[in-house]
Amino acid sequence: MNKAAAIQVRGLVKKYGQKVAVAGIDLTVERGEIFALLGPNGAGKTTTVEILEGYRSANSGEVKVLGFDPATKGAAGQRWRNQIGIVLQSASDAADLSVIETISHFANYYRNPRDVQQVIDEVGLREKIDAKARELSGGQRRRLDVALGIIGSPELLFLDEPTTGFDPEARRSFWDLIRTLKSEGTTILLTTHYLDEAQALADRVGVINEGKIIEIATPDTLGGRNNAPAKVTWLENGVTNEILSKNPTEEVIRLSQRFNGQIPELQVLRPNLEEIYLRMIGELK
Amino acid sequence: MKTIRETLRIGLLRSALEFKQFLRQRESVVFTLFFPVILLFIFGTVFKDTIAPGVTFSQYFVAGMIASGLVNTGFQQLAITIPMERDFGTLKRLRGTPMSVSSYFIGKALLVTILMIIQTALLLFFGTLMFGLNMPTSLTLWWNFTWLVVLGSACSTVLGIAFSVVPKSGRGASAVVSPIVIILQFFSGVFFVFTSLPSWMQQFAALFPLKWLTQGMRSVFLPADFATQEVAGNWEIGKTALVLMVWLVAGLVISIKTFKWSRE
Repeated sequence: MNKAAAIQVRGLVKKYGQKVAVAGIDLTVERGEIFALLGPNGAGKTTTVEILEGYRSANSGEVKVLGFDPATKGAAGQRWRNQIGIVLQSASDAADLSVIETISHFANYYRNPRDVQQVIDEVGLREKIDAKARELSGGQRRRLDVALGIIGSPELLFLDEPTTGFDPEARRSFWDLIRTLKSEGTTILLTTHYLDEAQALADRVGVINEGKIIEIATPDTLGGRNNAPAKVTWLENGVTNEILSKNPTEEVIRLSQRFNGQIPELQVLRPNLEEIYLRMIGELK
Repeated sequence: MKTIRETLRIGLLRSALEFKQFLRQRESVVFTLFFPVILLFIFGTVFKDTIAPGVTFSQYFVAGMIASGLVNTGFQQLAITIPMERDFGTLKRLRGTPMSVSSYFIGKALLVTILMIIQTALLLFFGTLMFGLNMPTSLTLWWNFTWLVVLGSACSTVLGIAFSVVPKSGRGASAVVSPIVIILQFFSGVFFVFTSLPSWMQQFAALFPLKWLTQGMRSVFLPADFATQEVAGNWEIGKTALVLMVWLVAGLVISIKTFKWSRE
């Protein structure tokens, strides 16, 4: 890796009065990856992200986003925002403007904007192009937010709980959009409450609790998930049996021999990301 | 040079967008643009007494309403809408884009200018048509009228931006801002003849720009010899310019120092 990382954080601390919101975070997000930041409400997630976005300043620590300190004030700080896109948690602005009016207006702010029509197609708002923001459904409104986040062709996109309130179908097509952006080389920092979303999208996840990063790993290996015992369940004499095994394949072979082939109602369940995550958060409380 | 041109270009685009949004909010159109005209009709119709030889209260009132109009479109409108933009996330979103802060303020100032021109034209039109308002009769008076409008609305704009940090929420903003404007109107010689007010009210009002704007507008629209009826016995044009200038600078400094992009 000779290109500098998209995000580099060392020893980040943020206090609000006496309360420590972020208690020394180290974090590196490589260019081109999707990084999901997970953590319960009040864990310091939003504070961390808002420092990276340049909305808040840190008490101490080193922060570099695309090689730049986001806390820089004035014209240089505004110029740096050409390279990033921010999709905030909730917004209800521009309610009286249509989708096309808002997106074309925001395109003016950027040095190197994407094609407005193309962005509208990408976020799936073609049919709502002339609708006012106030007439959009929750999911459509969120798509407009995403459109405004990507209109400037950002190198780094911040997505703060992007699919809250989406129906399953809308969520799937939103994930496809995120994958498309990644394939175009966009780095994405995602915060989400949906563990399946992190599983589906993220190259790596970081779990944050009480202002500290507990672990950073791929979704498949987080919390020792790859080595955790799997649950094997089957039906025998009208009762569901289950055993936990570090080596479920052996259990299945053994059962198969016992049943002479077909094991009734066989299931092998690895712990999912959500279970692992909840265990990690729970352990600390 | 390129940056300045870009800042102006975006400011211009923002003002067009803001004006479009303004027109689409029916309540703001009625409240900001037509309310002063409605007041003009009510007061102008009810109080027709002659307050000095050749001067009716209607004429006195129209001059005051034109001055108030500058406060409505600038101070009142901005001090109410900016907290709402803060609540809606408009400001936070803008802050996250490369748009420069100056472009945002230019957009606001131009919006106020557009609204102020429409409002003043409406008041002049109905004032002359129905309430015996006389258009300025000399070039000097037109010049005074112009700088009063320009300086007055600039002052009103920066004070509106400065005051926008005071309301705690967008929903409560109009409850905080409107009473201030109405009280100032009562104290500043809009609804009553200024010299008929108790002197403590007069002195209090003299601290704020509206009193000076109403007096300035009277100097433009009322006969020259009405000046003897004013508190100082003359129009105090120089002092008016000075007071407005001081408020303009103060408002500018305060708004730059205290402006907040989000609620927390």
